[in-house]
Amino acid sequence: MADAIIAERLGKTYGSVNAVVDLDLVVPEGTVLGLLGPNGAGKTTTVRMLTTLITPTSGRCEVGGIDVCAHPDQVRRIIGVSGQYAAVDDYLTGYENLEMVGRLYHLGKRRARKRAFELLEQFELTDAADRPAKTYSGGMRRRLDLAGALVVHPPVIFLDEPTTGLDPRSRLGMWGVISDLVKAGSTLLLTTQYLEEADRLCDEIVVIDHGRAIAQGTATELKSQMGGEKLAVAVGDHEELATAADVLRSVGVDEPEVDDQAREVTVHIDRGTAALVEAVRKLDGADITPTNLEIRKPTLDDVFLTLTGQPAQEETETGGTA
Amino acid sequence: MVLEAASDGWVVTKRNLLKIKRVPDLVIFSTIQPIMFVLLFAYVFGGAIATPGINYREFLIPGIFVQTVAFGAGITAIGLADDLQKGIVDRFRSLPMSRGAVLFGRTSSDLINNVFTVIVMSITGVIVGWRINEGFLRGVAGFAILFLFAYAMSWISAVIGLSVKSVEVAQSAGFIWMFPLTFLSNAFVPTSSLPSVLRPVAEWNPISSVVLALRELWGNAPAGAANGTGFPAQHPIWLSIGWCLLILAIFVPMSIARYRRAASR
Repeated sequence: MADAIIAERLGKTYGSVNAVVDLDLVVPEGTVLGLLGPNGAGKTTTVRMLTTLITPTSGRCEVGGIDVCAHPDQVRRIIGVSGQYAAVDDYLTGYENLEMVGRLYHLGKRRARKRAFELLEQFELTDAADRPAKTYSGGMRRRLDLAGALVVHPPVIFLDEPTTGLDPRSRLGMWGVISDLVKAGSTLLLTTQYLEEADRLCDEIVVIDHGRAIAQGTATELKSQMGGEKLAVAVGDHEELATAADVLRSVGVDEPEVDDQAREVTVHIDRGTAALVEAVRKLDGADITPTNLEIRKPTLDDVFLTLTGQPAQEETETGGTA
Repeated sequence: MVLEAASDGWVVTKRNLLKIKRVPDLVIFSTIQPIMFVLLFAYVFGGAIATPGINYREFLIPGIFVQTVAFGAGITAIGLADDLQKGIVDRFRSLPMSRGAVLFGRTSSDLINNVFTVIVMSITGVIVGWRINEGFLRGVAGFAILFLFAYAMSWISAVIGLSVKSVEVAQSAGFIWMFPLTFLSNAFVPTSSLPSVLRPVAEWNPISSVVLALRELWGNAPAGAANGTGFPAQHPIWLSIGWCLLILAIFVPMSIARYRRAASR
């Protein structure tokens, strides 16, 4: 299998700010790579370099076997890009937006029209086709923007934070749409701040921070690096904390952490719900009724705590990109 | 290649015109302002400004036309700044479309907007007493120069729109320099009435050349020294065309270079 996207020691510097430093990426055809990181980590800068929008300061990259810096025009013919800010024209209707993109791909009037209708159907926008995009909800705008990226069935697709700012329902809808793309065999590079999203959609994840790749692997590999899931028990009374900690010590895999203020005990577990059930039984036996009891999956913050010793922090970046 | 570029430019032009159709407020207000200017100048200042040999209202209308298309061209800055800010330029730039299409499409649709405004103003002008006195061909020639100038001004405006960081800045930066430019000219008063320090500035102002060219072509010019003196007063038509070509020669390549840079920040 050939590699659809290759980046070698890719770097971008703005003045004295290193937005991206020596980034190496390889995305085999038909797979999904997730770039996971907080705001300002260099995700968007990376996407903009790979999609011909900005020129790298150092290193090189290839998309579909074509050198991006040497032949940007050829690259533009085979990629679809959906940005962080849905780039739809507010004053055009959904149909007009897609037809315009088709015309700009030089599809010709009839094919641009036909493709616009197909995409509206596929993204459940047919009912809103004749309404200006201004009246669309956030989720609809994102879908329309993504549809715009797919007008010519591009073999390589870049999605920059496709679900940031969407409500949970729209996010689920978007995930469905993206999964379908993947099933259809497209190569995808998507950026996200959510581990859950990367877990669900990506074959391989690259965690980046301050422009550098700090970890790489499948979601399972990354999670096991982070010690996996945690069981958290909150109790109503301070006196019960010590007993709860004893219980968790017996079901967990390491020493429980006790948070006095939150009256909560947490411990890493490796048996999932089996550990939860055992903990419930033991707590009940000790006559403790927890005020909260849950399994916590690792989040981006945990990834960062483990990898960098610091929580993921938001940064303001130069040039208005993240 | 050329055909593709023209087709891309047309697609973008059409998109911009659709916006005018959906949000007509912009055209309405950009039309109300010149009508207000015609009426205010004609009836408030008209009596106080001496234009020997010609009715002030006839003298005034070519001046207002030129001022209006200059301000109308300021919209180019806002439109481009808006597209940059909203990320639409990114979308365009990731498509295999012609590089200049966004700029040619934008300046073309703003020209069409300006043509529409001039039609409305011409009607207002005729109502207050303005006439083209020199026949059909010279009438058409005058409008051709007016629109060439409008188009050239759009490209200056494009450079501004691509240089500023937000639509709000474009809104003031795109227009503020037009006040001295249009008022330090013969658009509203004969240059002979200006202080002697300002007179050469006003006479060599491209706005004055275009205004004077229109007055000559349409038979709206006052007699003798009220037109100004020296080279600009004697060759307004060729000088206007020269100014427009010079502006285009500088600002078209500059806009295209800025477009590439602005979008690749």
